[in-house]
Amino acid sequence: MSLWEYANPKRFMGLSGRVLPVVTILAATSLFVGLIWGFFFTPDDYKQGATVKIIYLHVPAALMAINAWMMMLVASLVWLVRRHPVSALAAKAAGPVGLTFTVIALVTGAIWGQPMWGTWWAWDPRLTSFLILTLFYFGYLAMWQAVENSDTAADLTSVLCLVGSVFALLSRYAVNFWNQGLHQGASLSMDKEEHVADVFYLPLLLCIFGFVLLFLALVLLRTRTEIRARRLSVLMAQERVRNA
Amino acid sequence: MPDLGKYADTVLAAYCLSILCLLALVGLSLWQGRKMKQALARAEVAAQAGSEA
Repeated sequence: MSLWEYANPKRFMGLSGRVLPVVTILAATSLFVGLIWGFFFTPDDYKQGATVKIIYLHVPAALMAINAWMMMLVASLVWLVRRHPVSALAAKAAGPVGLTFTVIALVTGAIWGQPMWGTWWAWDPRLTSFLILTLFYFGYLAMWQAVENSDTAADLTSVLCLVGSVFALLSRYAVNFWNQGLHQGASLSMDKEEHVADVFYLPLLLCIFGFVLLFLALVLLRTRTEIRARRLSVLMAQERVRNA
Repeated sequence: MPDLGKYADTVLAAYCLSILCLLALVGLSLWQGRKMKQALARAEVAAQAGSEA
């Protein structure tokens, strides 16, 4: 069976209806265990003190804020190339989820930065590109609301998504090639030397897993809502024609 | 409750705001989903009735 068959809204509704409860339970469990573990059962860092506990929210949220945009990019490209409506609706559904993760990453970063860096905000390359990504999220959602024709809205938001992906990538990699910022490098990497200490690593991994699953659950739920909304608009249009 | 020392306000503020944002997003998504499901069900019943008439 080809992946494209799930671009059929009916088939997507059937599959997502079966998958959604499982993903939701897994997301809730991993987030609950990960956050409880991180908050209650990990020690303070020798430099950061108790503020290290913010890592369990900030890192997964920032990671998923960027990954959400990349998922929207892939879905938008599928819409532009293959014109599968479910992909455009999935990208639209992911927008508010990605924006929420972006806001969480910005807020927790600012709250952490105040005592650690001595400032809520710095015009650091990673922070600045992340802020621009946030503005792209707002623009993306505003464009879906502003354009009445859903296919035109999908086209325009797909192009916006392509442009915004530059800042999504920049906010991930800016720290590697712009050595003038305050923000540290990756908390998780293939290089064990760069890792956070093992005691923080496992709960952090569990929280990241939880955020990924939460994203998946919310995107499935919201895509189902978007598919229903489109079906409703078709029925209403038919009703208008009948009554005319 | 762990001893958060002088950073108690910082850590608790970060957790409270984040959890609030997540709960708001989940609540809004569920509410919108339920509302749309009901609206579609009503419209389908009306469409069925219209096509039979």
